Amino acid sequence: MQTNIGGIELTLTPQGASPVWRFSLESARLPVFARAIRDEGGQLLALWGSDDRHLGRGYGLHALFLSSQGLIWAHCPLPADAPAYPTLDTIFPQAGRMQRATFDLLGIHAEGAVDDRKWLRHAAWREDDYPLRKDASPLPPHPSPLSQSDTYPFIRVAGEGVHEIPVGPIHAGVIEPGHFRFSVIGDKVLKLEERLGYTHKGIEKRFEGMDLPTGARLAGRVSGDSHTAYAWAYCMAVEAALGVEVPQRALWLRALFLEMERVANHLGDLGYLGNDVALSFGFAQFWRLKEEWLRLAQRLFGHRYLYDRIVPGGVTTDLADAPALLALAQRLRAEAGELKTVYDEHAGVQDRFAHTGRVEPAMAARLGLIGLAGRASSQAWDLRVQFPCAPYDRLEVNMATDRRGDVLARVEVRFAEVFEALRLITEIVRRMPAGPLRADVPQAEELREGLGYVEGWRGPVLVAVRIGADGRLDRVHPHDPSRQNWPALEVGILGNIVPDFPLINKSFNLSYSGQDL
Amino acid sequence: MATHLILGKILKTGIVSEPPPEADESLRVRTQALQAEILKVFGRAIVIRHVDAGSCNGCELEIHALNGPHYNIEGLGIKFAASPRHADVLLVTGPVSRHLETALKRTYEATPEPKWVVAMGDCACTGGIFGESYASCGRVANVIPVDVEIPGCPPDPVTLLQGILAAVSR
Repeated sequence: MQTNIGGIELTLTPQGASPVWRFSLESARLPVFARAIRDEGGQLLALWGSDDRHLGRGYGLHALFLSSQGLIWAHCPLPADAPAYPTLDTIFPQAGRMQRATFDLLGIHAEGAVDDRKWLRHAAWREDDYPLRKDASPLPPHPSPLSQSDTYPFIRVAGEGVHEIPVGPIHAGVIEPGHFRFSVIGDKVLKLEERLGYTHKGIEKRFEGMDLPTGARLAGRVSGDSHTAYAWAYCMAVEAALGVEVPQRALWLRALFLEMERVANHLGDLGYLGNDVALSFGFAQFWRLKEEWLRLAQRLFGHRYLYDRIVPGGVTTDLADAPALLALAQRLRAEAGELKTVYDEHAGVQDRFAHTGRVEPAMAARLGLIGLAGRASSQAWDLRVQFPCAPYDRLEVNMATDRRGDVLARVEVRFAEVFEALRLITEIVRRMPAGPLRADVPQAEELREGLGYVEGWRGPVLVAVRIGADGRLDRVHPHDPSRQNWPALEVGILGNIVPDFPLINKSFNLSYSGQDL
Repeated sequence: MATHLILGKILKTGIVSEPPPEADESLRVRTQALQAEILKVFGRAIVIRHVDAGSCNGCELEIHALNGPHYNIEGLGIKFAASPRHADVLLVTGPVSRHLETALKRTYEATPEPKWVVAMGDCACTGGIFGESYASCGRVANVIPVDVEIPGCPPDPVTLLQGILAAVSR
């Protein structure tokens, strides 16, 4: 397809029937293109690099944009010597940490970047090692990572009465590890700086050389609470790359799993959000409902979190007891409705939720806030609505949005999405076509690439896959919406008091593992 | 007012807590000297500090579930603490990422003796799908001594409880 964005004539290559468009351009023109996307109201969704030297090329920079046309996957070839490209972080601030991660892993430099501190690298590898390069050793390059120190230049806030509160990486609750550096006056937060990367466990390197089914298992463990979203996005990418036609029933079952995952996570969060404002009743009730939901998943599909039910080509498990699922969905709808009335009418809860942790719509647009948190700040993007893959093209998903951008808005969006997901589950169970569960996946005989995109409970989960001529994975980049949403949390906390941070943090509930990889 | 709604819902819900499982001794990989002596003093009132050493967050889902109303662990005398200084048991999840190796060792050192370490999930037991690499030290036992290993991806709350009870049984 020929098109014109911001005066740049493009030849976009479609990915099958998906709204995914690919094109290559020289890196010098990337900022002009990015600005044009921004001017039409689009966003940068993901940015990553690849070492393409074993293919007789240099390096590659990949940027994925969300636009009115669909998902545009831009690829810039870079030289093998001193690979660099002009920074995008002045146009899309969310590019910053993605660019820093790309440098740490591949040594691809963003020229003119506002912030070029290290991001994913702590002490596990040296500054001049780039573990995602093909010629880097997959084994530890040093006897002990502790032989070197990990210093990080935090941004300091100075002034009379200002002091710092360092928190983590090991946190006080049962949550993932990360470091938060608060600069405060009294209880009021002047600045929060996040230092993440603690759970970096080399996922992208681990994919290299894996067979396709094992890759699905690993993709599902990028962020364990979004297993279905990742496994589906990965399989979608593999299937697009290899031209696999997935049976209809398998696609409907994948959507069923995804909506079940959304319900489970939202129920848990709604319980914890009650708990964080001292309504332990909310925790007990929502976690009772969640536990019933997980047990039904175990009974129907053999796993409480539906792990490893999605495989390249289809799914492994069929729905056997539809009435049981419909009955529990109906009861959850009623009980969650009762609990919503309690939250709505509880003055103490509303007082803590409202006006807390605000990210205003204009700021959300500027920062590229996406997914659930984005929708709670008027960023009306939901891949299931704008760019629905099967079976969402037949389900007419209703998008939940709110313009207040505070904890209350993120609670309201969760409630609305629980109700909508339960409606979708009912629709899916009633309308799911009969047929086989799996198609054969052919062996690749040449280099193939594909992109998968799934609106997980947290936001858009994207997986880009390159399969080598030997049929094994050559490069996989999984992208979690947390990568662009973490910086927005730093903005949402400003002016709030430190004791509200756990509540605000939980209302975003971002992934550490998904951002750290 | 929400009060009558809350009270009504509590009454209608009733008590959902279930009887606890027995300890699963087969999960124990190490028996400490004085185990029986210590337990004479402790009984089964134990305090757990959870440490995510690089997990995908799957195991954490089940730790949260274990704290839900169906399992009533505080009724068994088990609770989770915010600090390793207060803990008898470290419950460690994930392969140990190299970036958390120091933090895990320090947490272990900060936990007073006597102490037990429970490695939860396939990654904590074997390194799992992440294995050992430039960024991962693999299993927990590669970094600190482990008493009980609970396999599973993730282990469900009942299995988890059986493992925790095994750590502190005679």
